[in-house]
Amino acid sequence: MSGPELDKNPGEQGTPLLELSGLRVFYGAIEALKGIDLTVGRGEAVALLGANGAGKSTTLKTVSGMLAPRHGEVRLHGERIDGIASHELVRFGLGHVPEGRRVFARMTVLENLNMGAYRFRRPDPDDLDRVFGLFPRLAERRKQIAGTLSGGEQQMLAIGRALMGKPELLLLDEPSMGLAPLIVEQIFDILREVNEQGTTLLLVEQNASEALQLANRGYVLETGEVVMSGPADTLLADPRIRAAYLGEHVEVD
Amino acid sequence: MSFHDFWDVLVLGAVLGSLYAVIAIGYTLVYGVLQLLNFAHSEVFMVGGFGGVIALTIFVPATDPSGLQSIAYVAVGMLFGAVLGGTVAFFLEKVAYRPLRRRGAPRLVFLITAIGASFFLYNLVGKLFGRNPMPMPSMYENKTVVTIFGSTISVTQALILGSAVVMLVAVDYVVNRTKLGSGIRAVAQDPEVASLMGVNIDKVVSRTFVLGGLMGGVAGFLFGTTNQVFYTMGFLPGITAFAAAVLGGIGNVRGAMLGGLTLGVVEAFTVEVWGDAWRYVGAFAVLVLVLMFRPTGILGERVARTA
Ligand SMILES: Nc1ncnc2c1ncn2[C@@H]1O[C@H](COP(=O)(O)OP(=O)(O)O)[C@@H](O)[C@H]1O
Ligand SMILES: [Mg+2]
Repeated sequence: MSGPELDKNPGEQGTPLLELSGLRVFYGAIEALKGIDLTVGRGEAVALLGANGAGKSTTLKTVSGMLAPRHGEVRLHGERIDGIASHELVRFGLGHVPEGRRVFARMTVLENLNMGAYRFRRPDPDDLDRVFGLFPRLAERRKQIAGTLSGGEQQMLAIGRALMGKPELLLLDEPSMGLAPLIVEQIFDILREVNEQGTTLLLVEQNASEALQLANRGYVLETGEVVMSGPADTLLADPRIRAAYLGEHVEVD
Repeated sequence: MSFHDFWDVLVLGAVLGSLYAVIAIGYTLVYGVLQLLNFAHSEVFMVGGFGGVIALTIFVPATDPSGLQSIAYVAVGMLFGAVLGGTVAFFLEKVAYRPLRRRGAPRLVFLITAIGASFFLYNLVGKLFGRNPMPMPSMYENKTVVTIFGSTISVTQALILGSAVVMLVAVDYVVNRTKLGSGIRAVAQDPEVASLMGVNIDKVVSRTFVLGGLMGGVAGFLFGTTNQVFYTMGFLPGITAFAAAVLGGIGNVRGAMLGGLTLGVVEAFTVEVWGDAWRYVGAFAVLVLVLMFRPTGILGERVARTA
């Protein structure tokens, strides 16, 4: 289990890889994000926690250009990227594993992975080897139609597909959703490996315990606002977090 | 019906059906990426026919063309059919549908726009080139190429069947094996995620219209080679090809091929057995029957796509 290292905290040194400032996003008249400030440093793994409807997915969708903020900025490498269409943003080294996996159900596993590399002239065979190395199960099933995979395999495929685009920053929206604990464990182990190989992670989760064990730092969202943030182990130890998100798992020290 | 007649009718049906299949691809591809029933596609077909005829009228074929000249005439006709069909489809998408997509218009608005675009296009052509049929200049002597089981296949029939098969094989390759094809399939399955992969949806949609338009335009020219072109010629083949796309499972390319061939053959046999007045009855009866038992068509997805 990797605890957060203070010297890894990005806020203090240089330009963060991703910086959200004063982000306000609306669905019609509904304000889903009410001024979010958030940074992700190069190489970090950052968890974004919060209950259903808190605005986690909205945050990720705004970063990857699926939604445009009404106020505030999104900066990647210090450059403003809000307002850029999502199909152009992949070139900036952004990968997004959407909520609910959303693999291309009528394509094979291999076709799905190739779609992840769509921005390149052709898929890089080294990336394919890497993905198959991380997820041997996908290698076995490369010819299988993605819609016939199990939920866990589809999640692996969704992550592998995003990795085929060589992302520097990988956004993950509830990768543990609806999966058995054993599979969740496997997927988080692989995400840890991906992070150690140098990919920066911004991880949206309701499974706060797994997410904070993987992350260096975390933010907690509540109805569109950041209500808490800090190093992962601090959050993990916080009684409010333990009560709200770790419900049954609370162990009194 | 004698064995000999059977083959004659089958050839007739296959020729007709292969044209329906080529037109049906245009409906099914566009439906795949936009869930739009592009009723103006029949006009893309019609315009392709006019493109071919007008080009050939200008190039004035020799009265007694040599084999090489014949091939050149056919090539010119196809080229102009394709270019005109592709161009009209391109602008149709850009002018009529894209503004609606930008504004997130409801499905019904697209449908009405499609019907409006269809009226506009065929009346425009009627106004420009007259409402009387334009004859196809003679490009070759329509003799028999081969005789199979005592029934003959003419140059025109071989030309239609041959070019249709080439186009169907080509479009199948494009959709399943090329980058454009993977973009088309990704947009059809989940446009939002496709754009996360770097697919430019506008570009893919535009190219999908052009792909369908090129094929529809050539089909219009090929249809014209059987006699003439006229401004409302898109209507019946268009409706039948649309039915073929639905029969095969709308959105499914191979389904459109299968549906087109089926309806062509059924139509030919209906006419042979019950007479010309029954021409469309047989084909549409088959459509209704199949949809009663398989509402999503022969090769259609059984699971509804998730929004
Ligand atoms: N397409 C939408 N239209 C209207 N409101 C939406 C839409 N998507 C999300 N919302 C609302 O925005 C808020 C944040 O949603 P979301 O970001 O999906 O939350 P989370 O991912 O944290 O569960 C919720 O109140 C939700 O109801
Ligand atoms: Mg969510």
